[in-house]
Amino acid sequence: MNSAFFDFMRIRFLTMLAYRVNYYSGILIYTLNIGVYYFTWQAIYGSSGELGGFTAAQMTTYVAVSWMARAFYFNNLDREIAADIRDGSIAIQFIRPINYVMVKMMQGLGEGIFRFLLLMIPGMLIAILLFPVELPTAPSAWIGFLVMLFFSFLINSQINVITGLAAFFVENNEGMMRMKRVVVDLFSGLIIPISLYPGWMSAVMKVLPFQAITYLPGSVFTGRVEGTGIWSVLGIQVFWFVILLVPMMLIWRQARKRLFVQGG
Amino acid sequence: MYYIGLIWEYLKNYMKTRLTYRADFWVEILSDLLFQATNLIFIFVVFRHTDNLGGWSESEVLFVYGYFMVPYGIFSCFINLWGFSERYIVKGEMDRILTRPAHNLFQILLENVDPPALVGSFIGLVIMGISGAEMGLMLEWWHIPALIILALSSVLIYAGIYITLTSLSFYSDAPTGILPLMYNIQGYGRYPVTIYNRAIQVLLTWVIPFAFVGIYPAALFLERSEMHRMAMLTPVVGLVFGSIGLLLWNYGVKKYRGAGS
Repeated sequence: MNSAFFDFMRIRFLTMLAYRVNYYSGILIYTLNIGVYYFTWQAIYGSSGELGGFTAAQMTTYVAVSWMARAFYFNNLDREIAADIRDGSIAIQFIRPINYVMVKMMQGLGEGIFRFLLLMIPGMLIAILLFPVELPTAPSAWIGFLVMLFFSFLINSQINVITGLAAFFVENNEGMMRMKRVVVDLFSGLIIPISLYPGWMSAVMKVLPFQAITYLPGSVFTGRVEGTGIWSVLGIQVFWFVILLVPMMLIWRQARKRLFVQGG
Repeated sequence: MYYIGLIWEYLKNYMKTRLTYRADFWVEILSDLLFQATNLIFIFVVFRHTDNLGGWSESEVLFVYGYFMVPYGIFSCFINLWGFSERYIVKGEMDRILTRPAHNLFQILLENVDPPALVGSFIGLVIMGISGAEMGLMLEWWHIPALIILALSSVLIYAGIYITLTSLSFYSDAPTGILPLMYNIQGYGRYPVTIYNRAIQVLLTWVIPFAFVGIYPAALFLERSEMHRMAMLTPVVGLVFGSIGLLLWNYGVKKYRGAGS
């Protein structure tokens, strides 16, 4: 069984490899994104030394590492699942002896590993060359960040799976998927670090799972959270990972009863 | 006349499809608005920490954003090429399009019209009105024709860039292309380009001229004389990029051989 899951991961990795041209252009565009945010933040900082607990140098690092983390955790599992539901091929998945959600997660992981090796690492190297990114020196920051990055992937993929499975209930969930994308980019702290929002907004964002995707790992990498603090932010991620398993499994179980193939 | 009739038929079809998925229709409008709200939130949050962005005040930046929303809404309504290569090339629907008499690009655009996107354009006008009033800008007679010409030119620039990128799928076999990635940088033309370094300024002005869909044309209404010359260039850039897009597309279609089977 486990080797079957491993194969799904491996096959996805190899599929991605066939289309790697996309990722070369991805490196370019992500670097450009970092550049544009870098200059925008430079202009915002102007002469002030610190905003929302971030120094200008930390902000540069935060922007770079957040976009590069996104390069790793981003995937289109929601679209893939919705497409399977819409064209009815999901029916085949019900009679297979392997859990479909697990298959999707493993495929996502295969894609994630591909993105890590061919998009995130080369992209980060280029970002370091171009912008004054300050890499952490403490080994705990590196280990903490890498572990948290893995949880970013898990939580983001769980949210994707939930959004994708929603297609069982609303038939066409294109709008929902778009909305999810916007919410994740905004509430995860990718566009603006959560500590810069007005008090009430950051309070809301701190009780939502999205901050676990970008803001928390970014805080560890920039050294705003260090030492034993890393354990508590990791704890928040693990908490959300476990909590999100519940709706994911419930929706999947409900979905099996509701299968409604449109056409085909 | 023939083409106008086609537009009408396609719109009727569109309404029929949309009414099948009514709930999603509203969610989609809502998510479009939320996407715009994200950018507004960015502006509001940023101006809590600074009082100008490269010498531009909050009202000015909001006004520029309002302008940006107008062409962007029109563009998203009529030029929706997301998933082109997957749907038309990989799945072979391009063959169906090519057997018909109307121009192929025209048909594809019509099949994908998205009228709810126009809501964004209206909101953009409202934002321009509110932030303009805050700055005490007076509405003058030439503002309205200028806005129409500039907004249409901006749409043409957008169209040119996206059609160029989409037509790459005739030449290469990448399934997703770089469209989703462009999506992230398209908005940067709406911030004062002068805050960026030279390379990015050149890029946003001449290579992927997103600055012409936001800051340059908006500067004309804001009486920012340093950018007036660029604002006047908007229609020219629009025609140039629009033509490049169409030429590459037509050439690509000629090279198109079908996806086998």
